[in-house]
Amino acid sequence: MNGLVAAVLQATFLVFLIFTVAAYAILAERRIIARMQARLGPNRVGPFGMFQPLADIIKLLTKEEIRSAGASRWLHALTPILTLVPVMLVFAVIPAGPSLHLADLSIGYLFIAAVSSIGVYGVVLAGWSSNSKYALLGGLRSSAQLISYELAQGLAVLGVIAATGSLSLVRIVEAQFPLPFAVVQPIGFLVFVIASIAEASRAPFDLPEAEQELGAGYHTEYSSFRFALFQLAEYVHVLAAAALISVLFLGGWWPFDGGWLGVAAFAAKMAFFIFLFIWIRATTPRVRYDRLMAFGWKVLIPAALVNLLLVALWVVLR
Amino acid sequence: MSVGQPFRDVLAIAKGMRVTFRHLWQHPITQQYPEERPLLPARHRGRHELERHENGLEKCVGCELCALVCPADAIYVEGAENPKDAPISIGERYAKTYVINLLRCIYCGYCVEACPTEALQMKGEFELAAGDRASLIVSKEQLLATLPKHEPEDSWMPS
Repeated sequence: MNGLVAAVLQATFLVFLIFTVAAYAILAERRIIARMQARLGPNRVGPFGMFQPLADIIKLLTKEEIRSAGASRWLHALTPILTLVPVMLVFAVIPAGPSLHLADLSIGYLFIAAVSSIGVYGVVLAGWSSNSKYALLGGLRSSAQLISYELAQGLAVLGVIAATGSLSLVRIVEAQFPLPFAVVQPIGFLVFVIASIAEASRAPFDLPEAEQELGAGYHTEYSSFRFALFQLAEYVHVLAAAALISVLFLGGWWPFDGGWLGVAAFAAKMAFFIFLFIWIRATTPRVRYDRLMAFGWKVLIPAALVNLLLVALWVVLR
Repeated sequence: MSVGQPFRDVLAIAKGMRVTFRHLWQHPITQQYPEERPLLPARHRGRHELERHENGLEKCVGCELCALVCPADAIYVEGAENPKDAPISIGERYAKTYVINLLRCIYCGYCVEACPTEALQMKGEFELAAGDRASLIVSKEQLLATLPKHEPEDSWMPS
């Protein structure tokens, strides 16, 4: 019984932590992109605009909840949650230290791959349940994108798993002493980072955000709290991607043996990748849809296969 | 697509990212308006002002040329004989009423160009918002420049 209470408390703490970090990642993104464009960004609400996320949440919650005519009532309400929850679940198995995690599953990465695939249902059902052609097309587009890049992502991780010989994320981190996989498998690392950006629907792969040219995406017909949930899911996705890259390719708490220094190293790596995503967003234009698919299938997947081949050779010859 | 193309593309993106990173350290050009006042050009055409001579007499002689030239028909002037014993302007006539409708005004500055005595000027005042339309129709009292602080020592004109 005590264990159950502790687990619930830990999970609740983690959820609050993720929401807070996601909210401030949004603020950091707006401030950093503003500075890269010689602007100031939001700096009015509280010192340095610190209370801007709070103000945004209050604004979104007081807006009208709109459901388009003929929309599927229950699915329309359910899909924002269906998008957010799977991304949150990823954090359950991400270790911040050798024993600092909610769960160290022996099927670690398999769990992540399975759970993040459920997020695609949220996207495609959000598009379908809205009863709007723009949302439907956007949902199809996004689900095709997510499925395609999921392949490249999975293939890139396969190299890591082959080198480790385990799916457990703690074991994967331990296998990265003394050299993290980003150094040993640079191709796989690059493919995983790019595929992670596409999985999080971030620039330059942010087609759902293409309001001008594509009429936005699967969340076109959403407003108020449900729209906020989609937005939150996007940023939690960014955090999850940053955490996964840090764990799988940069050795989590490497070069320390865990403890507070290890957590700090992990947080620093995550912060760097969040900054990198923001930086890329401030730099690159959006890719055209056919180019997006061509890049995923014709460049990333072959590159991931080459990486896998090299790792397999290395494992056999070792 | 050649094998080298993806590498060239990545290099191009890296070049772009160098530019955005450099901009991160640049000073933002944003003006934080109510706290930071904008630097207006010297000849900025803001709200009008009716100037005075150093002895406090009005420069306006009530010729109504400004009202005549105004393309927006925003100025109304009514001239009158300048009282000899208590002069208001330095000329024979003065402006009895002088009203500018700032809602009609297009801030073209033709009135300033037309003024023969350089009485009408446009100054840097640009915060011309008001709660009601009536307070944007400004009378002579509101347009007149404040009296000079001290009497000039060698004044040859009656004060």
